Amino acid sequence: MTTTTATTRPAPRRRSRGGVRALYAGNAGAVVERGLRATRSGNWVIVLSGFFEPVFYLLAMGYGLGTFVGDVTMASGETISYAAFVAPALLAVSAMNGAVYDSTWNVFFKMHFGKIYDAMLATSIGPLDVALGEISYALLRGGVYALGFLTVMQVMGLNLAWTAFLSLPALLLVAFGFASVGMAVTSYMKTFQQMDWINFVMLPMFLFSATFYPLTVYPEAVQWFIKALPLWHGVELVRGLTTGELSPAMWGHVAYFVGMVVLGVAFTTTRLRALFLD
Amino acid sequence: MTTTSTPTPTPAAQRALAAGALPRRFGWWYVAEAQLRSMKAYGWTIVASGVGQPLLYLLGIGLGLAAFLDVSVAEGPDGPIDYVTFVAPALLVTAAVGVAMDEFTYAVMSGFKWRRLYYAPNASPVSPPQLATGVVVACAGRMLFTVVVYYALMVAFGAVGDPVSGLLIPLVGILGGLAFGLPVMAYSASIEDDRGQFALIQRFVFTPMFLFSGTFYPLDSVPIAFQWIGWISPVWHASEIGRSLSYGSAPGSWPVGVHLAILLVMAGVGGLVAGRIFTRRLRG
Amino acid sequence: MTPVIAARGLTKTFGDLTAVAGIDFEVASGESFGLLGPNGAGKSTTMRMVGAVSTRSGGDLHVLDLDPDTHGPEIRSQLGVVPQEDNLDTELTVRDNLLVYGRYFGLPRRVCAERADELLEFAQLTEKAKVKTDNLSGGMKRRLTIARALINEPRILMLDEPTTGLDPQARHVLWDRLFRLKERGTTLVVTTHYMDEAEQLCDRLVVVDHGRIMAEGSPADLIREYSTREVVELRFGSSRNAEAAERMGGVTERIEVLPDRVLLYADDGEAVVEKVLALGLEPTTSLVRRSSLEDVFLRLTGRSLIE
Repeated sequence: MTTTTATTRPAPRRRSRGGVRALYAGNAGAVVERGLRATRSGNWVIVLSGFFEPVFYLLAMGYGLGTFVGDVTMASGETISYAAFVAPALLAVSAMNGAVYDSTWNVFFKMHFGKIYDAMLATSIGPLDVALGEISYALLRGGVYALGFLTVMQVMGLNLAWTAFLSLPALLLVAFGFASVGMAVTSYMKTFQQMDWINFVMLPMFLFSATFYPLTVYPEAVQWFIKALPLWHGVELVRGLTTGELSPAMWGHVAYFVGMVVLGVAFTTTRLRALFLD
Repeated sequence: MTTTSTPTPTPAAQRALAAGALPRRFGWWYVAEAQLRSMKAYGWTIVASGVGQPLLYLLGIGLGLAAFLDVSVAEGPDGPIDYVTFVAPALLVTAAVGVAMDEFTYAVMSGFKWRRLYYAPNASPVSPPQLATGVVVACAGRMLFTVVVYYALMVAFGAVGDPVSGLLIPLVGILGGLAFGLPVMAYSASIEDDRGQFALIQRFVFTPMFLFSGTFYPLDSVPIAFQWIGWISPVWHASEIGRSLSYGSAPGSWPVGVHLAILLVMAGVGGLVAGRIFTRRLRG
Repeated sequence: MTPVIAARGLTKTFGDLTAVAGIDFEVASGESFGLLGPNGAGKSTTMRMVGAVSTRSGGDLHVLDLDPDTHGPEIRSQLGVVPQEDNLDTELTVRDNLLVYGRYFGLPRRVCAERADELLEFAQLTEKAKVKTDNLSGGMKRRLTIARALINEPRILMLDEPTTGLDPQARHVLWDRLFRLKERGTTLVVTTHYMDEAEQLCDRLVVVDHGRIMAEGSPADLIREYSTREVVELRFGSSRNAEAAERMGGVTERIEVLPDRVLLYADDGEAVVEKVLALGLEPTTSLVRRSSLEDVFLRLTGRSLIE
């Protein structure tokens, strides 16, 4: 053992980095509250309007295109309507879009232009409170949208099984995964131009992740590539729950998002420490 | 007839009259030049989205969705049309409209408000209508790049019936983009505060226009209650022209002249109103 | 010689509001002319009319013998405008800002490039030529805006509040540059609500309030006419100033009571201080200074220039 040799010399005094306590004051709630107040006094119409986007897609694709598609045959051999096939995918997509928007553009703007975080961080609130607070607010908002859309699906008879109600927590998990990774990515961004690249990751996921048709139309290699991307796991998880086509593979999807959350939060914390404490 | 003796201008006035001549004619171009130069800052975004978007949409919708559809969705003059051939002109038009959405909303507002960029040329000989024209010309330039790339990829995907007459499709795309963009520009120039109007335009104008303009299936196949969205949508009118240039008009479709006239009126009126609003705000 | 700017009965109304209420002034070539007044006095509106970006509601206006209503582009081709708020393109480099702006005047690219390099030198920004404008300090941005306004070699340089928001050192650097322009014979038209700035830059100025001209002359003339040679500033504490002023009644002819201090106008300040002390008054601070345009303004309007 070599550690004992150091005892002759006083250990170099390193300033404590404070662990998580230096970043987190346990007051993420204050950040969430600010978000709610800003919503109430400001653009609640815009916040509300977010609900309509998936509904428009459901009408145009699920029903409009559905008249040409007819029914879709699931892996189990059961057939379901095209609208019932597309609706859960739209739920997952809107969870992704909302979470990514809130954790990237929104945070970026507040950080660089609104200077809102500067004011917050001058109080006892720490950077991790801000990060968790913003993520929680995004999840709250996403949860309300999801509930709204699930209600629309229920009314239109697109929830085919009782397990549909489990898709609400599933969507929150999906959103949490995207938001935590989004926040970690945003902490590296410096210009609007860099932010544009986020869209280049989102668009292919949206178009190819079994959103509008099953993966089976693709060659095997492409299928594997898509299966590596997060949105596909989200779509499959939610679709399984709303259609009642349950399979053990769904635990895999859940695990994928748990992994995203863990990695995203760990990364964000490291970055926040580098940005604000060092 | 009255004869008024015009006094000879003083040397100072003469110098001014000489210096004003060029900007009176080409002021719009000077503005366009400056706008294009500042687009260089996000040049890579323009190139990447200009190439990437058509590639993704043509793959995802034109080929992926087409492989999944087992019935024919649209008819040409001589029977069923490949799905990708049907969808491609509408996707191209939507790309041009997307550029308009980029260049005529926040960018215009920041010219007046956040960054006050329009007030710099305003103090130069350039007039407000010239300023507005320059902004439009530069945006049309960006659209030109986007739609030409789109068209090239459409041809590569075999998504154009007649690639020769189809060469006009990019121009139709720009016209569609401006028919949407110029009224939006007029609106953006008129608002004083951002209270989320652009987000609402995105959600309640742009997205429905993309989805309900007969983009993915013929407009007459949707319930009549939704068809009006197509009738007032530049995307539908421009797509219909594009389709007839690509593979000919489907039986029972509107005459191309009508679509063209509607687009020209939208762009023309939008442009005139925008010019007026630019003048009002910069010359109060 | 005909004036470069001639305004007669110049008026501007916005609906019910009269921003400029019929003013007359002339600016001679090579002169440095100032409009001094508080915020909202109508200075900027006057500047915009002279700059041919706002049409007058009434009166007569000629700039370089041309009417802005019909010859806006021609007039603007001969002006350099430094607006109150910088409107530089912050996403372009320092040099590109000059090039782009020069093109608005129809100048050939080669000419723009030559002048840009000269002007960067003049504005002491040569080292920053390739820097993004966003990264400049406030004083540098202001100097760049002035350089930009000079790209067309203007006959008249118009500066709206040129040093508002700058720190003292940056102001002096800027004044130095403007002084050099003056020496070269450029006509300057400056609006300001800072007296020191007006005194530094202007050969002649008009004091504007509520859209009207209150007085006109060189800074020295105005002080001689509307104030005394010296001013005594006394502070007794904010609650006791008014009471003290009453007791000092006969000490000098003119006394002004401000919320935080009392001003006594006299040609011999020290003598006034002695008289005050002889009355048994004990100011917490006393200061004798020379009269400034601030005092002129106070005299003319009964108000302080900077609230």
